[in-house]
Amino acid sequence: MNPIRNISRRTFVKSVGLASGGLILACNTSVFSDKETAENKDLANFNPNLFVQLNSDGSLILIASRSEMGNGVRTSLTSVIADEMDADWTKVIVQQAVGDAKYGDQNTDGSRSVRYLYEPMRKIGAMARAMLISAAAQTWKVPMTECTAENHVVLHSSGKKIAYGDLVEIAKNLEVPTEITYKNPKDFKYIGKKLRGVDVEEYVNGSAIFGLDKRLPNMKFAAMQRCPVTFGTVKSFDKTAAMKVAGVIDVIEIPRIEKPFGTLGGIAVIASNTWAAFKGKEALKIEWNFGDNVAYDSEKYMKQITGNVHKQGKVGKDVGNVNKAFKNAHKTIESTFQLPHLAHAPMEVPNAVAWVQGDSCEVWAPTQDPQSARKEVVDYLGTTEEKVTINVTFLGGGFGRKSKPDYVVEAVAISKAMNAPIQVVWTREDDIKHGYYHTVSSQYLKASLDKQGNVTGWLNRFALPSIASTFSPGVDYPAGFEISSAANVPFDIKNMKVEVGQSPAHVRIGWLRSVINIPHGFSQNVFADELAVAAGKDPLEFRLNLIGEDRIEETEDPIKYNTARLKNVLKLAAKNANWGKPLPEGHAYGLSVHYSFYSYVASVVEISMIDNKVKVHNVYTVIDCGTVVNRDTVKAQLEGAAIFGMSLAFYGKITAKNGAIEQSNYSDYKMIRMNEIPKVHVEIVESTENPTGVGEPGVPVIAPAIVNAIYKLTGKRYYNLPLSDYGLV
Amino acid sequence: MITLQINGKKHQIDVAPEMPLLWAIRDIVGLTGTKYGCGIGVCGSCKVLLDNSPVQSCMIPVSAAEGKNVITIEGVSENLQLLQASWTALNVPQCGFCQPGQLIAATALLDKISEPTDEEINEAMIGNICRCGTYQRIKSAIHRTVELKKQG
Ligand code: FES
Ligand code: FES
Repeated sequence: MNPIRNISRRTFVKSVGLASGGLILACNTSVFSDKETAENKDLANFNPNLFVQLNSDGSLILIASRSEMGNGVRTSLTSVIADEMDADWTKVIVQQAVGDAKYGDQNTDGSRSVRYLYEPMRKIGAMARAMLISAAAQTWKVPMTECTAENHVVLHSSGKKIAYGDLVEIAKNLEVPTEITYKNPKDFKYIGKKLRGVDVEEYVNGSAIFGLDKRLPNMKFAAMQRCPVTFGTVKSFDKTAAMKVAGVIDVIEIPRIEKPFGTLGGIAVIASNTWAAFKGKEALKIEWNFGDNVAYDSEKYMKQITGNVHKQGKVGKDVGNVNKAFKNAHKTIESTFQLPHLAHAPMEVPNAVAWVQGDSCEVWAPTQDPQSARKEVVDYLGTTEEKVTINVTFLGGGFGRKSKPDYVVEAVAISKAMNAPIQVVWTREDDIKHGYYHTVSSQYLKASLDKQGNVTGWLNRFALPSIASTFSPGVDYPAGFEISSAANVPFDIKNMKVEVGQSPAHVRIGWLRSVINIPHGFSQNVFADELAVAAGKDPLEFRLNLIGEDRIEETEDPIKYNTARLKNVLKLAAKNANWGKPLPEGHAYGLSVHYSFYSYVASVVEISMIDNKVKVHNVYTVIDCGTVVNRDTVKAQLEGAAIFGMSLAFYGKITAKNGAIEQSNYSDYKMIRMNEIPKVHVEIVESTENPTGVGEPGVPVIAPAIVNAIYKLTGKRYYNLPLSDYGLV
Repeated sequence: MITLQINGKKHQIDVAPEMPLLWAIRDIVGLTGTKYGCGIGVCGSCKVLLDNSPVQSCMIPVSAAEGKNVITIEGVSENLQLLQASWTALNVPQCGFCQPGQLIAATALLDKISEPTDEEINEAMIGNICRCGTYQRIKSAIHRTVELKKQG
């Protein structure tokens, strides 16, 4: 059964936000990932989530179901359809989908947008092209085989041509073809090429509407003071001073909602402009019930979890016999790694506009996951899905923060209470102090070497508050998905053990760009470098040897990893950097390689030190992410990932004292700036494998490569981040 | 009443004189291209040109802008438009949020120094954070603009 339908004549097109008229194809992409569902077999229940509309004027409307947050997804997803369809890119209009299950999974997270949607996108594009060719053949009364498509026109071998738009009326009435042919990848015009982002003009002239820029008539602005301690509640508050601030309209209490994405609760100040709301917030006098997390002291906590990794933990993986390997070793090496919490700090703070009217509600928000936002709003209002519309604005960065819609719930709660459209705006201080933090971690690694310098045993024991604790309060050990990236380490070692230590959470823990791969990528790569030194070998040779023979490794994931591809990216990065060739005096290289989100990434960094301060000169990153949809987007993502990785390596550190986060803004939660940037050189491996993740896997390799380079240069090994704690930046 | 002159147009607004220029521009005048990123003068997202000098509009009371010429990202200035074209050609923006501030900072730089060195670019752009990490392309786009201007 063909999962793609011609719905041009069907009435429900309006419900998906398309005007009727034109040739409209629809498809349910879930059949590409799952078994064919019953509803797809039956036209009456056909539930499409991907739409293509070609209008008589030639305009081509494509719906982007994923969020744009700098990942280029609005461009890359739609360019796949346009390419297969032989459409003219300048005629494409990208329409952003509202949050609705009818668009399939919309969560823009886990670096999977292109990975999941590539095949259905190609298919629907190829099908539209076939129908247009068929319509032209009918018009000319010639066989289809004499017709070809090119840049929004169908051509006949005689030289006749007809524009796509002029074929719409005929194509509308055609059945979708049962057989389709895809373009030969060598004929791709957009896929794998540099393609300008569809939104770039709006970004540079200031007209792009981010969440913060949404305005409604009579909209009021709101700011909230939340308890400094996670999950603390309001004991009492005095609003007198706040109410005196010019522009403040009201001050109300918003109770905490005890759900993973519920609001933390607090006191909301509603005002006629953002600044008045911020001033009113500063003027509030609040007494809090801090609750248990008031005891959270991240420095003490680090000692506590480090204690837990220095004793036996719960077993997460046990292959061979590590103890025996250690006993028979020529040498054993052990190290402990400590990494702090991180905050996402996207350039655009969390914010949302909501307008609750009776039991209906419309939201405009920068969200990575509009369906999850919709669910939270439906629950909060006790209403039904059809009554809630989530419009996705541009996102001023997400990095995982904006897939957690607590801020949407806040806007809804305040709008409901005030009976007015409300924009809730977090201050930067709110963003830094009340986030869903990247976990804090301690890791103990121990390995044994034989006389030839081969690694015979590997133990990784780690403790970190789990993301699972956000969803199931009380979880106090790392969860399966946090263990697997330590357990699936792509090294050919016969005896391997992974253990986890107790590590309860005292703040909300969430996923941040590349997630668990940050601590695991760091400890594995720094430790492997240390082992190379202990074995007296060149780190590159040692690492290639450690990865071992070419093989496909089984993991619990549907996609298996291929050690040949992993070694290939490492070799290419080394080659691009001229690894092994002499560098200028006082410069050194460090390397690292990591597999995550099904992609293979290696980075070599070149550093120097001036007055004991690290300067990164060059970063050579190579990625193998299968088929590349938009080459320039992939390149941009890896350039950005190098900077993101450097920011966390140099400065990233969130700490807590008496339960409260100590940092407050970009002044004490610092970012890499223009004067610190290296040259980032990106190579993308040519591949026809399925597309895999791009947005995240470039991050985890950066910090360990820098630390390894510092060792090479100074002979000092740094096990903890950020480097600013050592005075190195 | 305070009179602001923004992008060549006069706006009469009734706000407290200490309201930061940023919020007057965004919430009162209604030009949302100028962004809030930190509110304390450390990220550059809110930069505008005040009588041709780049300022963090979150740090300047609206009263201090009275009688001066404010240019925002929506405005017109030779270098701004040239830089915007280079930004587009090199696909500089990722999320795009910091880019109005970056473009204003770069405009002020080229207004002052027609052929800046890398050092001078660093100095002019150091106050602007890009969390997406587009710095390398920003630098290239500034160089490209200078090159194109030289070629006339
Ligand atoms: S918002 Fe003004 S410098 Fe950051
Ligand atoms: S492009 Fe996203 S912060 Fe600069």
